[in-house]
Amino acid sequence: MYVAVKGGETAIAHSLDLIADRRRGDRGLAELTLEQIDHQLGLAVDRVMTEGSCYDRRLAALAIKQARGDLIEAIFLLRAYRTTLPRFGDSQPLDTAKMVPERRISAAFKDVPGGQVLGPTYDYTHRLLDFSLAIAADRPEAPTAPADTARTLPHVGDILAREGLLEPPPATPDGRPDDLTRQPLSLPADRPLRLQNLARGDEGFLLALGYSTQRGYGNNHPFVGEIRYGHVPVAFLPEELGFAIEIAEIDVTECDMVNQFAGSQDVPPQFTRGYGLTFGHAERKAIAMALVDRALRARELAESADSPAQDEEFVLAHSDNVEASGFVQHLKLPHYVDFQSELVVVRALRADVEARRQRAAEERAVLGQAAE
Amino acid sequence: MPDTSTPDTTIAEGAYNYAYLDEQTKRMIRRAILKAVAVPGYQVPFGGREMPLPYGWGTGGIQVTAAIIGRDDTLKVIDQGADDTTNAVSIRRFFARVAEVATTTCTEDATVIQTRHRVPETPLKEGQILVFQVPIPEPLRMLEPRETETRTLHALSEYGVMQVSLYESIARHGRISKSYNYPVMVNGRYIMSPSPIPKFDNPKLDRSPALQLYGAGREKRIYAVPPHTPVKSLDFDDHPFEVEHWSECCALCGSKESFLDEMIVDDAGKRLFVCSDTDYCEGRR
Amino acid sequence: MSGTSSSLSPGFADPAHDAQRLFRRVLDAFSHPGRIVSLAGAAVGPGTISRATTAYLLTLADRDTPLWLAPAFDRPEVRDYLRFHAGTPMVVSRSEATFAVLRHEDADPFEGFAVGTDTYPDRSATLVIEVPSLDEGPIRLCRGPGIDGEAHLAVAGLDDGFWRQCAANHALFPCGADLVFTSGSSLLALPRSISVEVSPCMSR
Repeated sequence: MYVAVKGGETAIAHSLDLIADRRRGDRGLAELTLEQIDHQLGLAVDRVMTEGSCYDRRLAALAIKQARGDLIEAIFLLRAYRTTLPRFGDSQPLDTAKMVPERRISAAFKDVPGGQVLGPTYDYTHRLLDFSLAIAADRPEAPTAPADTARTLPHVGDILAREGLLEPPPATPDGRPDDLTRQPLSLPADRPLRLQNLARGDEGFLLALGYSTQRGYGNNHPFVGEIRYGHVPVAFLPEELGFAIEIAEIDVTECDMVNQFAGSQDVPPQFTRGYGLTFGHAERKAIAMALVDRALRARELAESADSPAQDEEFVLAHSDNVEASGFVQHLKLPHYVDFQSELVVVRALRADVEARRQRAAEERAVLGQAAE
Repeated sequence: MPDTSTPDTTIAEGAYNYAYLDEQTKRMIRRAILKAVAVPGYQVPFGGREMPLPYGWGTGGIQVTAAIIGRDDTLKVIDQGADDTTNAVSIRRFFARVAEVATTTCTEDATVIQTRHRVPETPLKEGQILVFQVPIPEPLRMLEPRETETRTLHALSEYGVMQVSLYESIARHGRISKSYNYPVMVNGRYIMSPSPIPKFDNPKLDRSPALQLYGAGREKRIYAVPPHTPVKSLDFDDHPFEVEHWSECCALCGSKESFLDEMIVDDAGKRLFVCSDTDYCEGRR
Repeated sequence: MSGTSSSLSPGFADPAHDAQRLFRRVLDAFSHPGRIVSLAGAAVGPGTISRATTAYLLTLADRDTPLWLAPAFDRPEVRDYLRFHAGTPMVVSRSEATFAVLRHEDADPFEGFAVGTDTYPDRSATLVIEVPSLDEGPIRLCRGPGIDGEAHLAVAGLDDGFWRQCAANHALFPCGADLVFTSGSSLLALPRSISVEVSPCMSR
């Protein structure tokens, strides 16, 4: 007699054991430490913190280790942990003019106050595999100039804005912005909500969308006004104290895009803005985010909005890789009840067609006899 | 003022809150559930959280269950009608761990039943809560992908697009070809997705004495059907709603009334039919 | 903030489990409109508001839910208690309130509270109305989701004028405010989906 498949509990337990075993790999090799991941795979840590919306290098490194380097899985792990944490309040807005930059470049001007600082970048590496890295060895430290922590670094955009050439930062709605991780997204969304969504959004998705705008699907004629990466202080204002205190310093990458100008009979032409911000060092993501942010302002700036990157609902609903990954992969779950329903219907429909064919054949036969 | 969202100290396993969610999140979900009960069939947006299970794998149902469940409850979890499918096992284990709750496979003994894709064959009774896992809560989504549009259609009770879709199916196939996730009208006001249950289960939703709660985690919507509420499967006078039927009966218990799963049991394609509801089937053997 | 934790009566002894247990009672009440449920055993509260109102607010209100108090309840001990135990912001404008606490004799109880919009009917207020009794008033018939056929409602202290406004609120469906009646430790819910006959079918 047939016996239904059982044993889900044991199967799951064995599967967990297996994945732990695969994670560890060859026991003859040293196990990865979180410090190694943090320091030697730092850009992976930066991406996981950014899309995981949680600035904690150690937790991100742990997530990467646990996920065996699958960054989307690591982002998910970090998000699911983050969501259980209690809230003590909101920090003050970051003041990136107070950044101590490791890198700062403008593509719109040859030189800018504070200077162009190339810093660490892959931009001018020749993409030749460096076989010397294949063996562990002592590597010399790079010489660095002492950071000028006293100087603030004005934004290139602000200098343009003073002249009226660049629009002022788009007005934010009154009051505190909604928190996307606490309230559901409602559409149409305002810009603070859109930026939150994009900051958490999948780098690959934003990269493709940003790229599409450059290829003519909603082009917004971008210039990189400025990209800066470095350390910024985080301040918190405890209500009972009445003044802000510095609670941390974090690394961020910021991209100010200067875009296609707009103007009307009343407003003289001026350049417009797109904005990108990430944790850690993630220029590709920051630039893509700025392109998509600007594209999503199409309606506000009275541009036609018929390209994918300009479609707010489409972009915001599909940018999150934790949501997308879960739903795409849920197709692995059993669906046999629904499939059975479909089978029953398809068989019934086929029977209907067969019955009609039979009837038609019989009618033809009768007609044929009558004609004889 | 104390922080009201601070996790309380009676935490299962030490590191996480009782029933996983923090108290503030539970309150937010509880408020959404009460709104959902007050406006049957309307999809209430809620601040859905990341859960430790992937989106699409029951996170909406899990959040609803986590917001309602307590130590006095007895929980049953089914997927495809069965208690022992891997995802059902996984979710049941999750709640046994984080909510110290008793679990059962017996429909009658359960106070809360979380389900994916089925309604139990055993009639539910007053006091029971059926929690559905919902992938796409919007019944009009496949006809109109934009949330801004569908929200307006619901607001105006403008459901012509659904009628046209069903009618086109009749024109093309001679009958309504929709087999699961078959749309229903709740209390004469809102068209609702019953989640991807087979249409076989739709009649069980109508005027059920149990409370039905529907949770969509990824889409961040909660909706409900209170007890004794009319739930009508959409149809036409000349094409009345009908459910699936089988010429076979269950190979294990002989039932002719239950939803049957079809299995291929040998290389020649021999078929065997057994109840999808494992608890119902075992109870009859 | 005036008042300290030591001068306030306590909130939930066991926050997670008290809130869960009480929420299920409230859910039972919303799912079965007209049914009287007990919220006994929870916090006593400041005394000025009933134990059921206290329990209801501690269960569902927090810093995300602005609260409006009728003048009779808008007293320092009530405000301090709810601010301390629930973190609830107090509002003076009815339109900003998620929850409101009123007395049965207050005039125009529905006036000015949010009823939601056609696209977002959930953006509406819930009115908690304190009444002398939940089961000793004139009997009215009510119908709607959650009720098998019809149910008897015998909330005391509300005149026909109230029930006319209640009918007007129901007519806004799917918009409208949801009603919760409290008396002592007991609670009864009347979601907007329920129609209540204006005239009693019998009196006591």
